[in-house]
Amino acid sequence: MSDEEAVSTKQRQMVTIDGNEAAAYVAHKTNEVIAIYPITPSSPMGEWSDEWSAQGKTNIWGTVPFVIEMQSEGGAAGAVHGALQTGALSTTFTSSQGLLLMIPNMFKIAGELTSTVFHVAARTVATHALSIFGDHSDVMAVRSTGWAMLASNSIQEIMDFALIAQAATLASRVSFVHFFDGFRSSHEVMKIEELADDDIRQMLDDELIRQHRARALSPENPVLRGSAQNPDVFFQAREAVNPYYLACPAIVQKTMDKFARMVGRRYKLFQYVGAPDAERVIVMMGSGAETAHEAVDYLVARGEKVGLLKVRLFRPFAVEYFVNALPTTVKNIAVLDRTKEPGAVGEPLYVDVITALNESMASGASPLRSIPRVIGGRYALSSKEFTPTMAKAVLDELKKDKPKNHFTVGINDDVTNTSLEYDPEFSVEPDDVVRALFFGLGADGTVGANKNSIKIIGEDTEFYAQGYFVYDSKKSGTTTVSHLRFGPRPIHSTYLVNRANFVACHQWFFLEKLDVLKEAVPGGTFLLNSIYGPDEVWEKLPLHIQRGLVEKKLKFYVIDGYKVAQQTGMGARVNTIMQTCFFAISGVLPRDQAIAAIKRAIEKTYGRKGAEVVKKNFAAVDQTLANLFEVKVPDKATSTIQMPPMVAPEAPEFVQMVTAKIIAGEGDELPVSLMPKDGTFPTGTAQWEKRNIALEIPVWEQEICIQCNKCVLVCPHAAIRVKVYDPAHLAKGPATFKSMDYKGTEYKGMKYTIQVAPEDCTGCELCVEFCPAKSKTQVKVKAINMKPQPPIREQERVNYSFFLDLPEVDRRTVKVDTVKGSQFLQPLFEYSGACSGCGETPYVKLVSQLFGDRTVVANATGCSSIYGGNLPTTPWTTNAEGRGPAWSNSLFEDNAEFGLGMRLTIDKLTELAKELVQKLANQIGPELAKAMLEADQSDEAGIYEQRERVKILKQRLDGMNVPEVKNLLSIVDNLVKRSVWIMGGDGWAYDIGYGGLDHVLATGRNVNILVLDTEVYSNTGGQMSKATFRSAIAKFAAAGKPTQKKDLALMALTYGNVYVAKVAMGANDAQTVRAFLEAEAYDGPSLIIAYSHCIAHGIDMAKGMTNQKLAVETGYFPLFRYNPLLAKEGKNPFKLDSKAPKQPLRDFTSLETRFNMLDKIYPERAKELSALAVEDIRRTWELYEQFAGTREGAKEKTETTPGT
Amino acid sequence: MDLKTTYLGLKLKNPIVPSASPLSRNLDSMKRLEDAGAAAIVMYSLFEEQVEHEAAELEHYLAHGTHSYAESLSYFPTPGEYNLGPDQYVEFLHQATQSLGIPVIGSLNGISAGGWIDYAKKMEQAGADAIELNIYYIPTDPNLISQEVEDRYVSVLHAVKRAVNIPVAVKLSPYFSSFANVAVRLDRAGANGLVLFNRFYQPDLDLEALDVVPNVLLSTSDAIRLPLRWIAILHGMVKTSLAATSGIHTAQDVIKMIMVGADVTMMCSALLKHGPKLITTVLDDVNKWMVEHEYLSVEQMKGSMSQASVADPSAFERAQYMKALNRFQ
Repeated sequence: MSDEEAVSTKQRQMVTIDGNEAAAYVAHKTNEVIAIYPITPSSPMGEWSDEWSAQGKTNIWGTVPFVIEMQSEGGAAGAVHGALQTGALSTTFTSSQGLLLMIPNMFKIAGELTSTVFHVAARTVATHALSIFGDHSDVMAVRSTGWAMLASNSIQEIMDFALIAQAATLASRVSFVHFFDGFRSSHEVMKIEELADDDIRQMLDDELIRQHRARALSPENPVLRGSAQNPDVFFQAREAVNPYYLACPAIVQKTMDKFARMVGRRYKLFQYVGAPDAERVIVMMGSGAETAHEAVDYLVARGEKVGLLKVRLFRPFAVEYFVNALPTTVKNIAVLDRTKEPGAVGEPLYVDVITALNESMASGASPLRSIPRVIGGRYALSSKEFTPTMAKAVLDELKKDKPKNHFTVGINDDVTNTSLEYDPEFSVEPDDVVRALFFGLGADGTVGANKNSIKIIGEDTEFYAQGYFVYDSKKSGTTTVSHLRFGPRPIHSTYLVNRANFVACHQWFFLEKLDVLKEAVPGGTFLLNSIYGPDEVWEKLPLHIQRGLVEKKLKFYVIDGYKVAQQTGMGARVNTIMQTCFFAISGVLPRDQAIAAIKRAIEKTYGRKGAEVVKKNFAAVDQTLANLFEVKVPDKATSTIQMPPMVAPEAPEFVQMVTAKIIAGEGDELPVSLMPKDGTFPTGTAQWEKRNIALEIPVWEQEICIQCNKCVLVCPHAAIRVKVYDPAHLAKGPATFKSMDYKGTEYKGMKYTIQVAPEDCTGCELCVEFCPAKSKTQVKVKAINMKPQPPIREQERVNYSFFLDLPEVDRRTVKVDTVKGSQFLQPLFEYSGACSGCGETPYVKLVSQLFGDRTVVANATGCSSIYGGNLPTTPWTTNAEGRGPAWSNSLFEDNAEFGLGMRLTIDKLTELAKELVQKLANQIGPELAKAMLEADQSDEAGIYEQRERVKILKQRLDGMNVPEVKNLLSIVDNLVKRSVWIMGGDGWAYDIGYGGLDHVLATGRNVNILVLDTEVYSNTGGQMSKATFRSAIAKFAAAGKPTQKKDLALMALTYGNVYVAKVAMGANDAQTVRAFLEAEAYDGPSLIIAYSHCIAHGIDMAKGMTNQKLAVETGYFPLFRYNPLLAKEGKNPFKLDSKAPKQPLRDFTSLETRFNMLDKIYPERAKELSALAVEDIRRTWELYEQFAGTREGAKEKTETTPGT
Repeated sequence: MDLKTTYLGLKLKNPIVPSASPLSRNLDSMKRLEDAGAAAIVMYSLFEEQVEHEAAELEHYLAHGTHSYAESLSYFPTPGEYNLGPDQYVEFLHQATQSLGIPVIGSLNGISAGGWIDYAKKMEQAGADAIELNIYYIPTDPNLISQEVEDRYVSVLHAVKRAVNIPVAVKLSPYFSSFANVAVRLDRAGANGLVLFNRFYQPDLDLEALDVVPNVLLSTSDAIRLPLRWIAILHGMVKTSLAATSGIHTAQDVIKMIMVGADVTMMCSALLKHGPKLITTVLDDVNKWMVEHEYLSVEQMKGSMSQASVADPSAFERAQYMKALNRFQ
């Protein structure tokens, strides 16, 4: 049967899924050993595999694949390599740096002609900055490994190509990277046809699998693979693989043809679409090709001779197939690369295309009459939008006599002028496609409801459906924008909805922050969740919204979703209500049918979790329509309410010019010239972004306050602060500014104020929960209590501003070794984008208070690098003298080494500066030089004095034109004590970075390592790490973690010369402060493992500190400090800082969903693992007691523990 | 000696039944109770709050913080099936009925006629021999009149009776203005038994933390006085079975309760303190006492000292208090 005859008529199931699920679906069905490691945006492929195996789902051969999480992508690749060598079908999933870590194994795997497919959600490789978004810089970095590279452009193709790659690797023995665009394809939800098990079985030849097994290492038939070769034979042996690469393209095409016969979808290695007589052709691969396809179809229909060549098999690059796929009429080609190779002749696909054209022409094999003119350009780096108008701009450029080569499209490059102009008004969106935009909050369930809507439309109608979701750069109070399309034909629009005929705004306050109607088309519909009814809402709208409604003649509907949610027990989740409104207004489905479908979807989504949740949602649906009203739009916009400026007018120029634009969602409009060239940004920008996300904020009651400063300590966002100051300052204070006499002796006669930052507080309530002071007459009233923010926002804004202007306390006067004292120090880490109630940031902030003015931070990739360094605004800041933490993030895996490098530099430059001071002692002044060289900087006063000396030195040497003086001046600041803090999460410290961390500890160098231990990979969504406690459920441990938590602290203290502490602020804050001080004071490596409650634990975040307390009291997380200095004094260096467990473990674990969940899914396994967990605790405690010498028979007792 | 008795229509080998407690949370301790001589077992309670809120709470924590940040769109795996507390309860009850030779009584604890009552049906289907309905209600609303409180008890009972065909006992507190009237109303509404009395968990204060804290106090034999009086009064007044609970620690406690008219005596605190084997001791002591005092059977003893059976019925009423007072003076 020829290809052309073959079309399957088999009915297959239509499913509405995203790209990751589509890839994982095939991978799980066609493999036996799956080694995984989390990295955005590929993590869900591993998560699906783990969940399916935990649920006992089998592959097509009826066996449940093993799924194992490794310590890094390098580890995953190694495990896969081993599994393949011993004959299993094995795979892994990854992205970006993860793929780069696999490169060494990839060379080996391909060199050994091994059949495997790695599925890659292609993501930007970090350069001047990290980006989690999509481009081809990662896959382009593995071009030389010898792997075949197959690109999927859509969700359907991801499922299809996952299978085609699997079949082709078995047939060709060439290893395959199957890649698709991170986020745009990995996370886009689309209605597609699901391959049946039969399809998969028929595509995979069992004989080829048996041959794969026959090649495996086996003692029954032993061979040696992986020899070391010498100059005599290596070269020849390397060339021996050639026949396989030569045969590979034809094998892939044959596999695609077989697939077409079975399934009906026909693919080519190079697939041409467009005019048969096209003169201008784009060559590209990835999801952008779908958009270019739309543009080409549109232009061809209008008579333009244009076309598009979609590159599917990028490696091995089949020249013959390529030239034969081009229309012979082609005169001009534009090659689009989604990557950048600075310094290269051009980007990889561009270079390949030129080479291919020249080669085939030179060999006489080309069907073309002459070599077309070829230009190359870059597009859509890091998920930048690529739209039909940009594709058109590229095709238009080809019309020019002198088109730009090495162009960019989609940005404004006003520095090297590479960018192409495009018409923002051009659109190819057809009228029969519903295009909807939904503005929601992360917390209100908008995204989940929209995913349900897509499934409803996908499954209940003939319509095709697409969903793509844009999230916030912060983790608390986040805005989400859902982009949905529904239409009668498959949807190729791989770009955001920018011609919306339906816009829904699920939260009123967005109206003041965003122009939600910007993308609405004239005559479209606007749905607003509003506490104001149809008769009063108009008057409350800001001017730009009124204008949008009037000028675009939009239909306008309102519903009080909050009221319906309240009445039906849905709390803040307006999702179901707004979803019902969408269906009622949009008419995508008849109303009754839509409501029945919504209810079925609710049943499906929540049914597993019990009837009550379903009932509440049903009630919400039923009460919605009666509360939905159309609003008559007046002819004229009259509002006086204006959108406030994004940042205050006094913000620095950079913040005004750049940051404010990004905050406003207009970052796409920023030109190249405004961007820092080397990734260097000013610190202290978070202060300018007033997010106002708290509904309630703490209010201080000074009559009740005992001045313990604990509220200030635990605040994750530095939004509640304390100062002591001269009473004279109060003369100019605002009327509502509160103060009281300071109660202690150290600042006698001074005033004391606790002040909240009303616009920066996230309303987490940690401070209120942690406040120990209760009213004598009514215990529910504490020294701080939550009150609604809006009525006091303005008043407290003024108070906070006054408070900030009060002088900071002189650091030399502070008793830093107490909780209370430490909190008088200015935080130099403020208003981060961390989750509301974050358990990590109080520790980070404490570092910034105690040592921030002399600290360099090496920050491992993870939550702390995101809330610490994600644009638009960042929390690390400076004090009044301009000093503050200098911060950098290198990678995930190398952070300890990165920090060590910083230490080595500081030590070297300090040494060099000292040498120069000695040399230049006469110029400096012998006394000053001597004082500088012998300075004691063990306390704040000593550091202050040294800074003064440096200041004098600079004055004395100023203007001296002597090379050595100039050299000294460039490094003399190193003579003031510098503190290196290496921080990151448990994923880094326990897993991927452990080897480096261990090595850094072993060097004995003076670095301080802070491990923010949340016991999971929090930033990527809660995957298991080796810090995860036994029996906890996590992603990648869907059936509960079977093994015990690694005791990293214990491992470190075996070195003997490492300061080690385990701390939990909520359990013993005094011990925490003491440990930080001791660690920093210790002239050697220090390791602090800080228990951090986390949103990934499934807990009441307001009670995070209470959970920490219980974690310690139940023995789950015992506290200790190990100080090598004590050993030198002949004392026991190990101090056990918590008491013997006095409560059952259950008292802690029952508060956390991560533990409760196991009992609800696998009750028997829960019992078994919980019993083992109890045993872990007992054993650990006994061991610690032995170290502390407090077990029976031990002579030595521990010293008094602070705070207990 | 014939220790047999009938409770809720169930023929029991003796009058000792462990009441709802942590001992019925695992099969092993239930088995030990049976081996020690327990005639039936009341399972630990399934609470209305658990049925109503567990699912909502799970949903809340699984959804909290999701779909907010692109790298962490969720924080937990999505398992195919959940086995929530109420379903686990029913499954466990089924296992208990299969593993034990004695009747197993399911226990439902709640105050409204809501969806949780469906679980009575599920318990019946799982093989429960009867249901004990524990109505634990603190009427704090000052606008709620006593009649409405009592109506609520009756309406919950009605709802459960409608749902099942197995016998239903009601466990009550003594805090009613007219307890005898409430007992009779429940009797008429179809209760097959009354369990007297519920010992409310009374909260305590932590003076250091200034917190209200739960504090479970185990009973002593002194606690039998209240049920003793009311069983004596109700015996013969209502058709339902009567179960005595609170303070049953010794053979004397058991014998006293039977004499005033209890069909069974329910033990909890004593078993938590001394373990299941206490049942064997108490049964031996009851036997011994009956031999010594020449009683032939429990049935013979039952109600022999109820209010209607004693010479001075007022001894169970206020007059007795006056007498005691006089003696004191």
